Amino acid sequence: MRNFLAGLFVILLGFLSAGKSFGQNSVEMADQLRADGKIYVVVGVFLLISAGILTYLIFIDLRLKKLEKQRSENQKELKK
Amino acid sequence: MKELASIAWWKWACAGLLIYTVVGGLLLEVPRLPILNESIRNLYFHVPMWFGMIILLTVSAVYSIRTLLKYNPLDDLKAQNSVHVALLLGILGIVTGMLWAKYTWGAYWSNDPKQNAAAIGLLIYFAYMILRGSFADEQLRARISAVYNVLAFALFIPLIFILPRLTDSLHPGNGGNPGFNSYDLDARMRLVFYPAVIAWTLIGWWLVDLMNRVHVLNNEEVEA
Repeated sequence: MRNFLAGLFVILLGFLSAGKSFGQNSVEMADQLRADGKIYVVVGVFLLISAGILTYLIFIDLRLKKLEKQRSENQKELKK
Repeated sequence: MKELASIAWWKWACAGLLIYTVVGGLLLEVPRLPILNESIRNLYFHVPMWFGMIILLTVSAVYSIRTLLKYNPLDDLKAQNSVHVALLLGILGIVTGMLWAKYTWGAYWSNDPKQNAAAIGLLIYFAYMILRGSFADEQLRARISAVYNVLAFALFIPLIFILPRLTDSLHPGNGGNPGFNSYDLDARMRLVFYPAVIAWTLIGWWLVDLMNRVHVLNNEEVEA
C-alpha cells in the first residue's frame, strides 16, 4: 500500500512537472534580469540615447528658426 | 526658454511618445511565446519603422498629386523629402527585420515573400531618387518624378499588403490570415505599439520638416 501511494505520488509529481513545462509560463523570458532590477539599466541607456537624439533635433530646429528669421529680415530690407 | 516654446506642439508630443515607447516597450507585460521569447518587444521598434515609412510614402504621393494638379515647387520639395526619410525608415526596417529573423526564423534572409516585396519596394523608391537627380529643368523634374512617385505608390501597396497574403509567409498575418489579430498583439501590446507607430511617424515627419526648411533656405527661388 505504501509503495502504491509512493508510486502514485511520483506519477502525480511527474504530471505536475510535465504540465508545467508545457504550460504558458514555462516559456523562457528575461525574468532574472527583471528580478535583479538590471532591466532598469537597459531602460536608462535607451532613455539617454533617445533624449540625446531628441535634444539634437530640437537644437537643429532652433538653429533653422534663427536662420529663417535672419533671411526674412534680409528680404524685408531688400524690398525697402 | 522662450525659444523652446516656439517648437511646435506635435514635436513635444513626439518626444513624449518616444520616451513612453522606450519605457513601456521594455517594462510592460508581453505575452510569453516560444521562439520569440523576450524578442517579441522588437514589435515596438521594428514594425513602427514600416508603418512610419508607409505613412510618409502616402504623404509623399499626396504631395505628388498636388504637384501634378497645380505646380508648386514647395509641394515637389515635400514629396521628395518624404521619400527620403521614408527610405531611411525602410532601410532601418529591413536591417532590424534581418537581425530579428536571424534569431527567430534561423536566417537573415529566407526569401520570405514580405522580405522580398519590401526589398523590391525599397529599390523602386531608390529609383525615384535617381530619377530626380537626372533632370536639369526644375518643372520637368517635378512633373515626371511626381508621375513616377504616384505609380510607385500604386505598386508598393499591393506589393507589401496584398501579394504576401496570397502565399505563405513567415511574417504574421500572411498566408490568408487577416492582419495582426492572428498574432498575439493583445490589448497589452497595442497599448505600446500604437503610440510607438505615432512616435516614429512624427519623428519621420520632423526630419522631413527640417529637410524642407534647409532646402528652402538654400534655394532663393522657393518661398515658404
